[in-house]
Amino acid sequence: MKTFKLGGVHPPENKFSSSEAIQTLPIPKKVFVSVSQHLGAPATVLVKRGDEVKTGQLIAKSSGFISANIHSPVTGKVSKLDNVMDQSGYKRPAIIIDTTEDVWEDGIDTTPDINREITLTKDEIIKRINEMGVVGLGGATFPTHVKMMVPDGKKAEYLIINGVECEPYLTSDHRLMLEKGEEMLIGTTILMKALGVAKAIVGIESNKPDAIQHLTQLATKFNGITVQALKVKYPQGGEKQLIKALTGREVPSAKLPIETGCVVDNVGTAFAVYEAVQKNKPLIERVVTVTGKAAKKPSNFRVRVGTPISELIEHAGGVPENLGKIIGGGPMMGKALMSAEAPIVKGSSGILLMPLEESDRAAMKSCIRCARCVSACPMGLEPYLIAQEVSHKMWDRTEADKVMDCIECGSCQYTCPSGRPLLDYIRLGKFKVGQIIRSRGKN
Amino acid sequence: MDNLLTISGSPHVHANESIKKIMYSVIYAMIPAMLVSFYFFGLDAVRVLAISVVACVLVEFLIQKYLIKGDLTINDGSAIITGVLLAFNVPSSLSTWIIIVGAIVSIGIAKMAFGGVGKNPFNPALVGRVFLLISFPVQMTTWPIAKPLFGNSTLDAVTGATFLGNLKDQVNNLEAGKVTVGQLIEKGLPQYNELGDIVGYQVTNYQDLLLGQMGGSLGEISVIALILGAIFMLAKKTITWQIPVAYLGSAFVFAGIFWLINPDVYINPLYHMIAGGLILGVFYMATDMVSSPMSVKGQIVFGIGCGVITMVIRFWGGYPEGVSFAILIMNAFAPVINRGFKPARFGKLKMV
Repeated sequence: MKTFKLGGVHPPENKFSSSEAIQTLPIPKKVFVSVSQHLGAPATVLVKRGDEVKTGQLIAKSSGFISANIHSPVTGKVSKLDNVMDQSGYKRPAIIIDTTEDVWEDGIDTTPDINREITLTKDEIIKRINEMGVVGLGGATFPTHVKMMVPDGKKAEYLIINGVECEPYLTSDHRLMLEKGEEMLIGTTILMKALGVAKAIVGIESNKPDAIQHLTQLATKFNGITVQALKVKYPQGGEKQLIKALTGREVPSAKLPIETGCVVDNVGTAFAVYEAVQKNKPLIERVVTVTGKAAKKPSNFRVRVGTPISELIEHAGGVPENLGKIIGGGPMMGKALMSAEAPIVKGSSGILLMPLEESDRAAMKSCIRCARCVSACPMGLEPYLIAQEVSHKMWDRTEADKVMDCIECGSCQYTCPSGRPLLDYIRLGKFKVGQIIRSRGKN
Repeated sequence: MDNLLTISGSPHVHANESIKKIMYSVIYAMIPAMLVSFYFFGLDAVRVLAISVVACVLVEFLIQKYLIKGDLTINDGSAIITGVLLAFNVPSSLSTWIIIVGAIVSIGIAKMAFGGVGKNPFNPALVGRVFLLISFPVQMTTWPIAKPLFGNSTLDAVTGATFLGNLKDQVNNLEAGKVTVGQLIEKGLPQYNELGDIVGYQVTNYQDLLLGQMGGSLGEISVIALILGAIFMLAKKTITWQIPVAYLGSAFVFAGIFWLINPDVYINPLYHMIAGGLILGVFYMATDMVSSPMSVKGQIVFGIGCGVITMVIRFWGGYPEGVSFAILIMNAFAPVINRGFKPARFGKLKMV
């Protein structure tokens, strides 16, 4: 079975919620819609306090080339424009809306009927994706329409659809592939048309045999789409690792995936593209897994963006007694949250509730040079060495040892028997070296 | 939501690994070889092993408690490994005080002086062993011949050189053409009394060498027991295959070339594989993670270096056995190897 070559680890999968069907979460009384829930410039707010908004109405406008539109996820009244603590722990501008009865903006098709006919042209598709505020739903939230615009001189050959979901615990992509498989493949076809590619590969790890079987069967009805089962290995869902696993090509250091003729999109993004293009529906809701060893009732929810995380926890059985940590995302790359009041954003794939006893890190011991971090690193780096260089502030050596290639997958720290916070050091190194590189560009 | 939440950077899960687990799996892997040494050398082996382990742990404890006044790491098992390996590398007849000197050198100088676990550039047990070999050459090369615990001859009666030591003595005879390797193996290696007269022949065949029926250090005698432990460590991923394969392979090829050129002087490389401390060194000391290189390529280079130096010392050096020196010499090169042999980076391939 295919997989990537270098490094990788096998954390316990713990996919507790993989057989829980997606439930629609009731719309909360109040939503907090962040204007910076995508990679790039924050969107410009178009509404003011007291404005009545409808579900799907544009409330914040893309403010640059790399930015995205934001639509109201609910119907109601704008009660406040304020800074709200988001999942990163920082207070950022958000639009707070008190909800009333759900009324959708005109022109949005909210019926469950599947619309198979693709009528828009290549340029219209990209324009629509931009208008509907679609961003990458795998977690990086890069605006999707920007990805569709292949730079001059480069040629896209493959569209890769990421159904790997290599993070332990998370099951939102898995459920989406099972329940919205056909819509997702129509979305894939739309993306293929926008990119002008003839071939698309859906990569799915072999721990989701039902999804592989379901999509393989569906894909026979679509031109150019194949489904490829992959050997289970973290971090296969990383863009570079997935391209390597599926095509054998390697994205060169400090270059973009398009260098290999590949564009990668998440299954959630493909579904959002389907809704945007075929249903005229902006990206205002997504599937979020609420799970973890402390979760009382691991579940998958379809949630409106802006819903406070506490609402999801409430519907997944409530706050557990032994709750020690809430993670936004998966256990390998997710962020520990400072508050359960932080809202769901476009990039939220899961909420993980960790018990107290598993929340603290092990005590840090001396490095015993066991080289487990070196063999775990999927980028072929030497995490122990970079950590040492960073702790001695040797930024030139840190840069020479390719700290900027790090994808922050956490495999090194996961595998370290001495419990060393390798990724903390490496993040600091990336931050400092990044500053140095940018200042060099200015001269 | 009254609980205080823990905040930390990702990843939030950790492999179920610790220094202690790694160290103890090495200790468990050495149990078969310990049992074989008890079987062949009797209570003396128990004495050497116990004193060595206790002394190593105690030295580490005293230094950490009274000299460094820092955290105690004696629970992590690394001092026990050094103790067992030191015992494995000395004859069972060694005096108690010499073992204690060895433990002080191993732990005190080779490990704690550099900063304790993870900081030592050289394998501590080997430093102790080589220190003893140079300081107490007679005591360190007087080998009781292994006799089964329940055999009919008494242990004290027979002492003799190791197979390799004896072989080395025969090199002059070999080169003078008085005798050939074939004859030596058929008849056995001559054994001498203090006056230099031949008193008998040490019959050594593959079977004896494999099982441990020969003179030698505590832990090096039974190849089978050592390999059992090595398989355990490889299965538990405590060690990786690169260093052992490169070490054994290069030693075999190097010895094989000379054997093919002149089989009258150079012995069949298979003997070199199973005689002496090679297997012990290959699986238990060269693989010491602290003092060996980090990248796969570096580990292979390290293993090849160890193999070649071992055979050079065995063939032409002043000592019959070259494993300890070879590993220590390559330990010294580990930092340079780390710098020169980086892991294969992602993204270096040519694009389509």
